[in-house]
Amino acid sequence: MVSILDIIGPVMVGPSSSHTAGACRIGRFARSLVAGEPESARIELHGSFARTGAGHGTDRAIAGGLLGFAPDDERLRESLVLAERAGLTLSFANAKLRGNHHPNTARLTVRGGGHQVVVTGSSVGAGRILITGIDGFPVEVTGAFPTLVFIAQDVPGIIAAVSSSLARQGDNIATMKVSRHHKGGEAIHVYELDQPASPQAMEAIRAIPAVSMIRSIPRVS
Amino acid sequence: MFESLVEAVEQAERDGLSLGELALRSEAADGLRSREEVEATLQRALDVMRQAIARGLPGDLRSVSGLVGGDAARVANGKGPLAGTVFTASLAAALAVQEVNAAMGVIVAAPTAGGAGVLPGVLLGLSQLRPVSDATLIRALAAAGLVGAVVAVRASLSGAEGGCQAETGAAAGMAAAAGVDLLGGSPVEAAHACALTMQGTLGLVCDPLGGLVEVPCVYRNATGAAMALAGIEMALAGVRFPIPVDEVIDTMGEIGRTMDVRYRETAGGGLAATPTGRKLARERLVQLKGKNQ
Repeated sequence: MVSILDIIGPVMVGPSSSHTAGACRIGRFARSLVAGEPESARIELHGSFARTGAGHGTDRAIAGGLLGFAPDDERLRESLVLAERAGLTLSFANAKLRGNHHPNTARLTVRGGGHQVVVTGSSVGAGRILITGIDGFPVEVTGAFPTLVFIAQDVPGIIAAVSSSLARQGDNIATMKVSRHHKGGEAIHVYELDQPASPQAMEAIRAIPAVSMIRSIPRVS
Repeated sequence: MFESLVEAVEQAERDGLSLGELALRSEAADGLRSREEVEATLQRALDVMRQAIARGLPGDLRSVSGLVGGDAARVANGKGPLAGTVFTASLAAALAVQEVNAAMGVIVAAPTAGGAGVLPGVLLGLSQLRPVSDATLIRALAAAGLVGAVVAVRASLSGAEGGCQAETGAAAGMAAAAGVDLLGGSPVEAAHACALTMQGTLGLVCDPLGGLVEVPCVYRNATGAAMALAGIEMALAGVRFPIPVDEVIDTMGEIGRTMDVRYRETAGGGLAATPTGRKLARERLVQLKGKNQ
């Protein structure tokens, strides 16, 4: 079902809902995966992002998203300069990403707060995005929900422990997906929630010994 | 929201509502947002549309590549046979919004950024006829949203999927129905305005130079607004298009699905592939790459 507000909107900086608004949202998503302010980012542009990104301000839109700007923020136009001023070092490259990717895809390697995260995201039309990779794990995250992402050792009982931590605080799970590289290694867990995870639930999940990294990502507007 | 414009029109006529009023009620009834929230969001869209027109009309903006800009001002100050009419005001406003879009200004995607000039062009052009309240404009935007929602489900709103008929063509169909709603026309008239407009945009290809939302996109928004005004004029005069509007929309989807990939935003065909189109794209893209280094 389509809402009339999906049709009349979003309010955004031009010129392209997929190359500009969607690109900005990919940057915002990556920003929320590093702890604190991003300090450096390597941005690889794939497909149509690489071919026509410059003319659509895709580079500026991603940089603005990394700075925390929303798609309707006019600072997107100046974001490359603003990034430099904010101490965010950016490097851009055109790349042919391996595997099957949507034509409008970018891979962002972002450092901040002593952490590094690698995010692959596609802009799939009308400003909507799909995050397809985090730190080499395949995922499918739209950012349309508040999202809980964490990496844990692949041991039994993790899902039960996490879902009961959420349930104790009344946090409801809309969707969940777990993927791993190999049995007994690390697995990434992505939970889309109705409301952002409460601080108490986050604390309880962080205390589970097998959990190494955990992030609460707001709905990507 | 509705998946058939024919059904929506039947319900609106039965309940004695305009198409826009039905859209507002249905959106609130879907339960995600209250009517007040829906109206507040559309009010913001209306404000941004007005700001974009005001920003674009002076004519001092240039697009990112430098290929477009200044034409809204030319049309607004033109001395053609239709100068000073709703028609010219609509063309100028549609161009203004698209010039702002191409210069990385703030616009409302309606339904997309590439087709964002048509709806504000037509509605704010028509409101030069006589003073129109914001409530009436918001209702008209809701009517446009209802039409767009039906097109999204039955066909497509993406140039990469369906060509320009799915972007400026859909925007023109939306604007035609919205324009009838704004002028107090009936739901049946709104549906015929939409059908009469969209039949004229069927088959329109998406062929932007260098893949940029500049040429011909900026001008297609103006001609899209002109198509919508033609549909409104015919429908309000009592013209009835023989093919039901849902079937016109389905036809747009069918043409889009079978359209060669060269004509779907890839810059591989149409105007983008002309000798001059290729030359301009080459020059401008080289220039852009230089700017970024």
